[in-house]
Amino acid sequence: MPDLLLELFCEEIPARMQAGAADSLRKLVTEALVERGLLYEGAKAFVTPRRLALAVHGLPASQPDTHEERKGPRVGAPQAAIDGFLKASGLASIDQAKIESDPKKGEFYVAHLHRHGRPTPEVIAEIVPAIIRAFPWPKSMRWGSGSLRWVRPLQSIVCTFGPETEEPEVVPFEIDGIASGDVTRGHRFLSSGAIRVRRLDDWMTKLEAAFVVVDRERRKDIILADARDLALAHGLELVEDAGLLDEIAGLVEWPVVLIGSFDESFLDVPDEVIRATIRANQKCFVLKDPRTGRLANRFILVSNLAATDGGDAIVAGNGRVIRARLSDAKFFWDTDRRTNATVPLADRLAKFQNVTFHEKLGSQYERIQRIAALAETLAPRVGADPKLAREAALYAKSDLRTEVVGEFPEVQGLMGRYYAELEGLDPQIALAAEEHYKPQGPTDRVPTAPVSIAVALADKLDTLTGFWAIDEKPTGSKDPFALRRAALGVVRIVLDNGLTLKLSEFVEPDLLAFFADRLKVHLREQGARHDLVDAVFALGQDAGSAEGATGTQKTLQDDLLLVVKRVEALGRFLRTEDGKNLLAGTKRAANILRIEEKKDGVSYGGGVDITLLHEPEERALADAIAKAGPLIATALGAEDFEGAMGVMASLRAPVDAFFEKVTVNAEDKALRANRLALLADIRAITRQVADFERIEG
Amino acid sequence: MIDPALPPHMRPDRSFQGLILALHAFWADKGCVVLQPYDMEVGAGTFHPATTLRAIGPKPWKAAYVQPSRRPKDGRYGENPNRLQHYYQYQVILKPSPADLQDLYLASLDAIGIDLKLHDVRFVEDDWESPTLGAWGLGWECWCDGMEVSQFTYFQQVAGIECAPVSGELTYGLERLAMYVQGVENVYDLNFNGREGAEKVTYGDVFLQAEKEYSRHNFEHADTAMLLEQFRMAESAAAHYLEAGWSDDRTRHLMAQPAYDQCIKASHVFNLLDARGVISVTERQSYILRVRELAKACGAAWLATEAGGTPAA
Repeated sequence: MPDLLLELFCEEIPARMQAGAADSLRKLVTEALVERGLLYEGAKAFVTPRRLALAVHGLPASQPDTHEERKGPRVGAPQAAIDGFLKASGLASIDQAKIESDPKKGEFYVAHLHRHGRPTPEVIAEIVPAIIRAFPWPKSMRWGSGSLRWVRPLQSIVCTFGPETEEPEVVPFEIDGIASGDVTRGHRFLSSGAIRVRRLDDWMTKLEAAFVVVDRERRKDIILADARDLALAHGLELVEDAGLLDEIAGLVEWPVVLIGSFDESFLDVPDEVIRATIRANQKCFVLKDPRTGRLANRFILVSNLAATDGGDAIVAGNGRVIRARLSDAKFFWDTDRRTNATVPLADRLAKFQNVTFHEKLGSQYERIQRIAALAETLAPRVGADPKLAREAALYAKSDLRTEVVGEFPEVQGLMGRYYAELEGLDPQIALAAEEHYKPQGPTDRVPTAPVSIAVALADKLDTLTGFWAIDEKPTGSKDPFALRRAALGVVRIVLDNGLTLKLSEFVEPDLLAFFADRLKVHLREQGARHDLVDAVFALGQDAGSAEGATGTQKTLQDDLLLVVKRVEALGRFLRTEDGKNLLAGTKRAANILRIEEKKDGVSYGGGVDITLLHEPEERALADAIAKAGPLIATALGAEDFEGAMGVMASLRAPVDAFFEKVTVNAEDKALRANRLALLADIRAITRQVADFERIEG
Repeated sequence: MIDPALPPHMRPDRSFQGLILALHAFWADKGCVVLQPYDMEVGAGTFHPATTLRAIGPKPWKAAYVQPSRRPKDGRYGENPNRLQHYYQYQVILKPSPADLQDLYLASLDAIGIDLKLHDVRFVEDDWESPTLGAWGLGWECWCDGMEVSQFTYFQQVAGIECAPVSGELTYGLERLAMYVQGVENVYDLNFNGREGAEKVTYGDVFLQAEKEYSRHNFEHADTAMLLEQFRMAESAAAHYLEAGWSDDRTRHLMAQPAYDQCIKASHVFNLLDARGVISVTERQSYILRVRELAKACGAAWLATEAGGTPAA
């Protein structure tokens, strides 16, 4: 079976686009082949800074032949109908059609159309130019006098097709003046001249000899292994960085890993800042000294060149740039320390008056004041000292005005902590400066220190209430102010720290619903049954018939911790025999009620007449419900969900007995209504805990 | 490879002016017109009409020149070894961009003494955009051993007009490149004239005092009332020249370049105001927009000139 090799050779493709482009090329070409009846055995895409390539293995030499029978008009139909048929089926004359007959229609014409499949190269020559012209680059451009768009100027195309044992043929096509061929080029500096290639293995071998590793994953492996070895040889550890590795693999065709050093005096600068500088600006790795746990004064760079001097000039050049960058970083760090030591916090805060947080939400200064007030209010609820929480909140954003954070925004918070420590502030303030941004996502660490919690909650709640107030809520995939992340942060802080906090005191109902959504998502991701979550959340949503039983349901959802505890207790209860049976009984009661209420057009509930309770089982059930009601309410009032579930369990036997012995739809109308009212009581009493109808099983 | 016939003081790796001369020789040899700097204050070589205006319209164009670039905000009172409020860019524009533009660029590096078998030259994604010029393009920063030494851009749009054909623009940061080939760490230590001993003139000898003076001017003393007025004057003058330049049937424009001068003026005045910190965040956007509107109108006018592709009547 023949193979296809396609290589699109161009000027340097941005590193961040390479992996996606390789995927797209594979998908687009193979899908187009399959659509045209060309099934294949395997396909693999390759990408380097200068080439995007695809090998499709095991293609047929041509499309399969097809046979189609097309029914025509009956024999003797008007000439116009016959002509139309000839035109549509491509027959030259009606003699070429067969005559078939059918008991209903009689005799009619049928065209038997045999189509030979087209040779695969012809199909490829049609597919590839169309894919190139419409390739989904995130950003593309024109060049020279042409009109073709590509990520950067496209220079040449290799497109060959043929079986393994024979010389493959060039699939001929032309696009914007570039003719396909079988000639490529090697490494920009380490190889020269044109290279003729036949098929995948040949292409890979020749390019490897021309200093090009075409497989991106292999380049990554080489870089990582060599970097680790080189670090080890110097008694150091590589600080691994998957994002950086990905990027670097997209900047080189022939990775050569080298090590350089910088002056030890730069190690005064915090590790995170050194790493940020070297990573962002120079795309180099940093190294750790295992003896101290701190960074070493070394860096690892990945060059694209096996230089004639062994890389000395490259290391020296990179070292000079890193030195200049670290000088800047050190200058920023020193300046900040000087400023912080001489300018009082109040004066630094005043500068935030000139910084707009959001056009409609005022200055950063106003925001900080709001957060400080809120942190002070929240403090007693989270076990923090209010005065300290206020001070911490006033301090927390101050690093945004520093030189270091201005240059490296990714170290915000952390710098706040460092500077606070240097200023000799209370350690809790220093910690809050770093931690109040946390958690940044579903896996980030949640702060646990009370002052950090107070400031983190205040920061997030202020953001949420602010953007809610100006109606900048997230919609669909759009969440420019990361409000979902902020709400999830609040949820996680509350739950992980076991905080009892009535959110309705701080946010409006619409925003509360947003928290409920985040909590649902969070609980589901934690593996909680979504039906139980829904069953508990349903309580506050409809003014359920349990109203009056405890009076707490309406506000239930604003205490995230209670919701979670209730879901957990409910889950445990439903795993017991009593729980399962009570759930079945309650659902049965609810079903009967739904049907009868619909039939009668009334809603049952609101009181059972004890004088109409004839059967011992119905009396027992009424007694049990009357007894259980206040007990459940008391337990719930004390947030004792286990206790409430225990009382619920006592209902199981009377409910089961009732359904076994008592006929609900009695002849006597009064009796029937009374029994339906009793069912309504079952529904109501279980709704004190959760909406059982929403529970599966 | 550096021309072996050069005497030591003329070599591009020994003197700042030698570097410029080597680039001139290289690009002159490739058919560029070698121009002199534009005689107005600009923030980058791109503002030179030989780039901005010539990039628009159908006519081929090849030019190379040095352009002093003023970035008032980058002043550091002569105290930072890498940052200047006035520095030189070497600018090359080739329209249409030739298929071997990358090779030409690399050959130019070779000509100034960067051995491509010894140094790691890389093309790292960098999309270029000038909001004030209504221009954007795709290309790279060119790295030599981890240092950005040039910008390489394929113009897609200039003055809001689609570029067809596309121009290729190369911008060499001359001081950085010179520091690299001369092996010095402080810009003020660059050898300017290639001589040694008493005859040696450094970059600092030429520019250090100016950096200090202009930093004071840019950050502390530039007359903001005057500048605000100048901005308004340049803006209205540009509008006036643009209007007056149209032929009666509005098919040809006869004064695109004087109008564009006022656009350049407005842009530089804005940069000075920005450095003085008198422009708020919200105002900033509106100033940029006002300059862009001028640039767009000038681009449209240029298209209606002979050099812009409209034949003379």
